[in-house]
Amino acid sequence: MSDAVAGSLPVVEDEVEEGPLSWVASVDHKRIGLMYIYLALVFLVIGGLEALLMRLQLAGPNMALLTPKQFNQIFTMHGTTMIFLVVMPVVTGLANYLVPLMIGARDVAFPRLNAFGFWMLFFGGILLYYSFCVEGGAPDAGWFSYTPLAEQPYSSMRGVDFWALGLLAMGVGSVAAALNLIVTIFTLRAPGMGLLMVPMFVWMFLITAFLIIFALPALNAALVMLLVDRYLNANFFTVQGAPLLWQHYFWAFGHPEVYILVLPAFGIISEVLPVFSRKPIFGYMFLAGSTLAIGFLSYGVWVHHMFAVGLGMTPLLAFQASTMVIAVPTGIKIWNWLATMWGGRLRLTTAMLFAITFIVQFTLGGLSGITLAVVPIDWQVTDTYYVVAHFHYVALGGILFALMAGAYYWFPKMSGRMLDERLGRWNFWLLVIGFNMTFLVQHFLGLMGMPRRVYTYPNLPGFAALNGISTLGAFVMGIAVLVFVWNVLKSVRQGAQAGDNPWSAWTLEWATTSPPPEHNFERVPPVRSRRPIWDLENPDRADWKDAHAG
Amino acid sequence: MPFLGSVIPTFDPVSPQARSILDLTWVTVAILAVILAIVCGAVIVILLRFRGKPGDADPPAVHGHTKLEITWTAIPFAIVTLLFVLSLRTMGQIHPAAAPNQAPDVIVVGHQWWWEVRYPASGVITANEIHLPVGKDALIRLESADVIHDFWVPQLGPKQDAVPGHPNFLWLQPTAPGIYDGACAEFCGNAHAWMRLRVIAETPETFAAWTAAQARPPASQHTEQILKGGAIFQEQACVNCHRVAGMSDTANAAPDLTYVATRQTIGAGVMENSPENLARWLENPQAIKPQCNMPDFNLSEEEVAALVTFLWSLPNPTPPQGSLDHE
Repeated sequence: MSDAVAGSLPVVEDEVEEGPLSWVASVDHKRIGLMYIYLALVFLVIGGLEALLMRLQLAGPNMALLTPKQFNQIFTMHGTTMIFLVVMPVVTGLANYLVPLMIGARDVAFPRLNAFGFWMLFFGGILLYYSFCVEGGAPDAGWFSYTPLAEQPYSSMRGVDFWALGLLAMGVGSVAAALNLIVTIFTLRAPGMGLLMVPMFVWMFLITAFLIIFALPALNAALVMLLVDRYLNANFFTVQGAPLLWQHYFWAFGHPEVYILVLPAFGIISEVLPVFSRKPIFGYMFLAGSTLAIGFLSYGVWVHHMFAVGLGMTPLLAFQASTMVIAVPTGIKIWNWLATMWGGRLRLTTAMLFAITFIVQFTLGGLSGITLAVVPIDWQVTDTYYVVAHFHYVALGGILFALMAGAYYWFPKMSGRMLDERLGRWNFWLLVIGFNMTFLVQHFLGLMGMPRRVYTYPNLPGFAALNGISTLGAFVMGIAVLVFVWNVLKSVRQGAQAGDNPWSAWTLEWATTSPPPEHNFERVPPVRSRRPIWDLENPDRADWKDAHAG
Repeated sequence: MPFLGSVIPTFDPVSPQARSILDLTWVTVAILAVILAIVCGAVIVILLRFRGKPGDADPPAVHGHTKLEITWTAIPFAIVTLLFVLSLRTMGQIHPAAAPNQAPDVIVVGHQWWWEVRYPASGVITANEIHLPVGKDALIRLESADVIHDFWVPQLGPKQDAVPGHPNFLWLQPTAPGIYDGACAEFCGNAHAWMRLRVIAETPETFAAWTAAQARPPASQHTEQILKGGAIFQEQACVNCHRVAGMSDTANAAPDLTYVATRQTIGAGVMENSPENLARWLENPQAIKPQCNMPDFNLSEEEVAALVTFLWSLPNPTPPQGSLDHE
């Protein structure tokens, strides 16, 4: 606890328990948040190692490091892990840790439900990975388990069952966490904080939480139907049934899922950029409104994953139109972020470098997404490495870079210590170089005719060179992740003391100590605008006195 | 784009369908490149002009600008509308009706992990290599015998899924003779990587000659080695899966082998076709195409040699004198 606060206010002593049991039994939103983040970090390393194994196997043509089945298991587990056990947990963890602090609350609305959500995810993850220990091994039908490949005749081993049951458990946990978040944001905001006065991060998570509770049920239902198919021959998705129906269910979940993963990244960027530009976010209402639009539109674009399955012109045109329309509220955020920086006094901290690079890389991922929305272009490049490049520019160049920005930005709040900026530069540059080396060339591999999910490839012109570059880049990224882990481990013990508000930020989480006490706040500052700490420190230039701040 | 085209097949289209996709791609990429350039340019200007120094006072707070925001919403909206219209035009040029009112020229059936190719008009059945005449708009009917596959020959145009129980259609119109590589693009299980395919586009005369030769029943041959190979083909249960015209006409669980010697590759593209490679394949297919559906039959060297002689003798130039099963 900082001296300033301790000196001026009566100290409320928390009975802070230590030891493993105190974590397992905890219902404190911050501890649960951290457990989500630790779990995600462990699975990031596992999913990353899986990626490196794939890239090793693909380093040259006709290699035989892995058998086809092993390769298929590893890309299935890589995709499933990165989406459900890395990005979902880490954003849920950030929401858990930060949302109550940002709205000036003591905890989430339902602390026990919160713990339940985490443990469902934890055991879902264990269930999924236990599949490696059973006969037949891990699932190998891909992270979207297309039917009829995932049905009994073609996947007779237990892998797909572990996949379905694991995701079902995680899905229940996600819905619980999302409900909790919605109720927390609606009911526990500090006095004076209107719903459109919450930090943009909180707004993004509110929309995300709604996306989760409406999208996950489609997946959960489909998973149960798949299991019923596999054990009771219900023929929902078999050749006798409707194989394409699975794709509709899966992507009716799967496309909102993309926004479930990316909106939190937008939230992080919308906090980091203003603070290090020393300006408020540009066009709060536009950002909030366009995100709401994305929330609705994201349920109406799923068929763009299915442009080549053989649909008539009418659905193709309808979903091409909706996919192009959703690009607009996504794309205009780029301008809002650029305008936030424009005229600022930029502080190029590691967090800021990650955030600025996010803008460029996410733009590239978004623009390649537009090429995929153009149906004839999609017919040429879908299911190739072009698509692999596209979604990694969104998921890695976008989401992971935003998460790294968030890590450098909020680590001081969570640990009380600063991450090392020098290691941070190494982390940043290695990740930028490694990432672009790995994935830029994959656009061209796709155009050159390399389908995705192949365990090897013939020695066609250019294939060996570009795949070699890609593999090399993946290892550079691996080193970058190691540097990050080292930075965390080092800084948590030896990092400089952070103090309450090391970045001179303006949102409420910086109005308490670092790390915050179990009850979060001794006293919540008055909230009259979106930047309460700014108002407190600059009474003459307070946002609530500015007519344009609404 | 002669250089790009030599390395990147999608930039070297040889059909009107692939050509119109490429044209649309260039227009789209040009428009989007401008957007990317503006974003990158703005980032560079910001980094050069607005870098703060320690001790700087905070700049004036600017919370938004409604007119500006409406402008940068309207412009992207206009751009995607333009792309939609351009796309609509191209789609009309290349997308066949859901069930065209005409018989398909070729029926292509995806199997784990090979392609069955049938020509309804001539009755020719082959595998993994599709011969097409240059200049004719061929209607392809795509089917699947098991899971979802995807037919893709980049230089000829759009890819299309082969979905079980849901036939799809595709126009293929090669405009120049040549060999065009393709592959299954939808993940379909273990050996998905080696489910490659080829379109061999020929002049109408060459195509007619090929069709006539393929349609002719195999000739009988009486050397001892060939007869021995034929017998092994029967005894080792090859006939249960592989079709050889006149011998196992209905088998289609594995590629047709009637005129396998006339094909360019073995194992759906896993290696070049030659008597030596065919022998290597027969010695142990699992070593060549791991986890494919053909087991290792543990054939002796002698049996392999007889089988190769048998399979290699089938495209016999001499006129037919009755089919093999009459012997």
